Amino acid sequence: MTGDHQTLALLLFSAFVAVTLGITTWVSRSRRGSAEEFYAGGRLFSPMENGFAVAGDYASAASFLGVPGLIALFGYDGVLYVVGFLVAWLVVLFLVAELVRNCGRFTLADVVAARMGERPVRIAAGTSSVTVSVLYLVAQMVGAGSLVALLLGRTGGGAQAWTVVGVGALMVIYVSLGGMRATTWIQIVKAVLMMGGTAVLTVLVLVRFHGDLDRLLLTAAERSGHGDAFLAPGLKYGGDLTARLDFVSLGLALVLGTAGLPHILSRFYTVPTARAARRSAIWSIGLIGGFYLMAIVLGFGAAAIVGPDVLRGSNAAGNTAVPLLALDLGGGADSAAGTVLFAVVAAVAFATILAVVAGITLASSASVAHDLYASLRRRGARQRSEVAVARVAAAGIGVVAIALGLLARDLNVAFLVGLAFAVAASANLPVLLYSLFWRGFTTRGAVWAVYGGLIPALVLVVLSPVVSGSPDSLFPGVDFQLFPLQNPGIVSVPLGFLAGWLGTVTSTELPDEAKHAETEVRSLTGAGAV
Amino acid sequence: MRYRDPWYDALASGWGEGDGTGALSAPVPAPRREGRAGPAGGAAAEVYLEVQRSAAFQEVRSRYRRFVVPAVAVFLVWYVAYVVAATAAPGIMARPVAGAVNVAMLAGLGQFLSTFLLAWAYARHARLRRDRAALELRWDTQELTRGVQGGAS
Repeated sequence: MTGDHQTLALLLFSAFVAVTLGITTWVSRSRRGSAEEFYAGGRLFSPMENGFAVAGDYASAASFLGVPGLIALFGYDGVLYVVGFLVAWLVVLFLVAELVRNCGRFTLADVVAARMGERPVRIAAGTSSVTVSVLYLVAQMVGAGSLVALLLGRTGGGAQAWTVVGVGALMVIYVSLGGMRATTWIQIVKAVLMMGGTAVLTVLVLVRFHGDLDRLLLTAAERSGHGDAFLAPGLKYGGDLTARLDFVSLGLALVLGTAGLPHILSRFYTVPTARAARRSAIWSIGLIGGFYLMAIVLGFGAAAIVGPDVLRGSNAAGNTAVPLLALDLGGGADSAAGTVLFAVVAAVAFATILAVVAGITLASSASVAHDLYASLRRRGARQRSEVAVARVAAAGIGVVAIALGLLARDLNVAFLVGLAFAVAASANLPVLLYSLFWRGFTTRGAVWAVYGGLIPALVLVVLSPVVSGSPDSLFPGVDFQLFPLQNPGIVSVPLGFLAGWLGTVTSTELPDEAKHAETEVRSLTGAGAV
Repeated sequence: MRYRDPWYDALASGWGEGDGTGALSAPVPAPRREGRAGPAGGAAAEVYLEVQRSAAFQEVRSRYRRFVVPAVAVFLVWYVAYVVAATAAPGIMARPVAGAVNVAMLAGLGQFLSTFLLAWAYARHARLRRDRAALELRWDTQELTRGVQGGAS
């Protein structure tokens, strides 16, 4: 990669940063102050706008660069991985989007706390939301650092560290100055750029093979050196029984975790009604599904056109598959078109990371201010101060994410993302579903459901081979590995549901029929929704 | 009685524009007050219990459940079967069908297709079978709670 690419890529990065900062100042010019405005952007986005923003919030660099890279190196197993990310949206659409929009105001804890003893439930749900957000945020920061260093050809630790700091500073500025409105517009811009860039590359790949998908697949299989095995499952997740079980665990976490991601749930509060929330979920399913289908074509295209040897030489995990494919499709490293395409892809990847981190920062600052601070503060403090707290919390979360991002620099990004999904599925989903659908659910059940999913998920990770006991782990020198799987989902998700049930049947508190009636009526009709 | 959904076409882009009909000023209830107590709160609770027991609400709820429960069961079983087949029986998944396409490719595409189809079917079902009844219940419930709260809005 020559200097030309880097200069152009840097120029486009700067243009994107300038545009997003422009959006932020334009948005924050007026309408400051209210919680409604800061957390939910005034709730007046249209379903289409919100659908694009959801897609922009959901598809992280792990999707844009990671999935095609995975497919280019491991063939069909990359497809297997990506299907979970899409199917998960049916859980969101059927069980969560409309009902949460009707029952809550700003956060997941709102939905649960409406039925239960306010304080303990809010603290529990707030804690798990912040945990999930921080895990996901660290994954994105680590990805940003290594990615930008990679794309700009600066492999030194310094460039990587400065990238993490720069991304952290930008996301704090977006969120604390612009709130949900600026974050949403940044995500919309990013989604349009990402869909556009991916569509152009997909068309170029298809043109290269004259629209013959069969030949694309056969060429990819042939060049991969695996033959037909490249087009069937097993190259990555097919090892021994533990590896296969690990993938089932990951698949479960992906499908059930999306509906528990705080930054996805909070997006549904930015539209006026449950019906609009449903329509934005439909938009996002269309966009995300279309994007993943194109990502699959790009993955096989990279294997067929660039070849796995070159890809592995550039980045062992395959994360540079899309930029290298763009370079090749444009006509090679020395051509103007190749340079432009490469720079565009790099800029889109950068935009992707910025938009996702802004969304997560906003959701976690809402959890800190609206759930944790509001439950722990003294009574009678004014509403105004909650938004001020959220702005400060965004800065605090930024600092924490930068610090953890620098510390966790060498951890695998895909693992961190899988972990965030597993914690969301174990700690957030059981309590959310129980409060929406179970008449007899009680406060103790809610608190147990959260901690009964959160603590096992985290403990199992500490005891897993990721942390100790294998050459690739975080502390290769020591061995306190007790749990064989990398992803805890298959154990911790059932535990979360079980703990919620156990807490409910053992509690002395009688379930409040009236509160349940209120939740049910409000969730299905929208009565009293803000 | 029929109600118009004031939000239906009011896709204001978020910059403070109404839809020009003034429909945005339709009665939107006050935000829920946390820890609402006292006699008004008790009466509002009665309203929700009463609405929950009403035939109209039971109908909306059972229509929602009759669609969602089987649909969730279907896609979860189909997804788990797909993942388990891919990990436990890669031999079957690798069986060629036509050209480069094998069973695994078809199953993967099938997951995409079933997701799109179920999403479309859900949206259609909700729009045709649930939305109007839910909206009428919404305004009725809000009228009732407003009544017991002494007209506070």
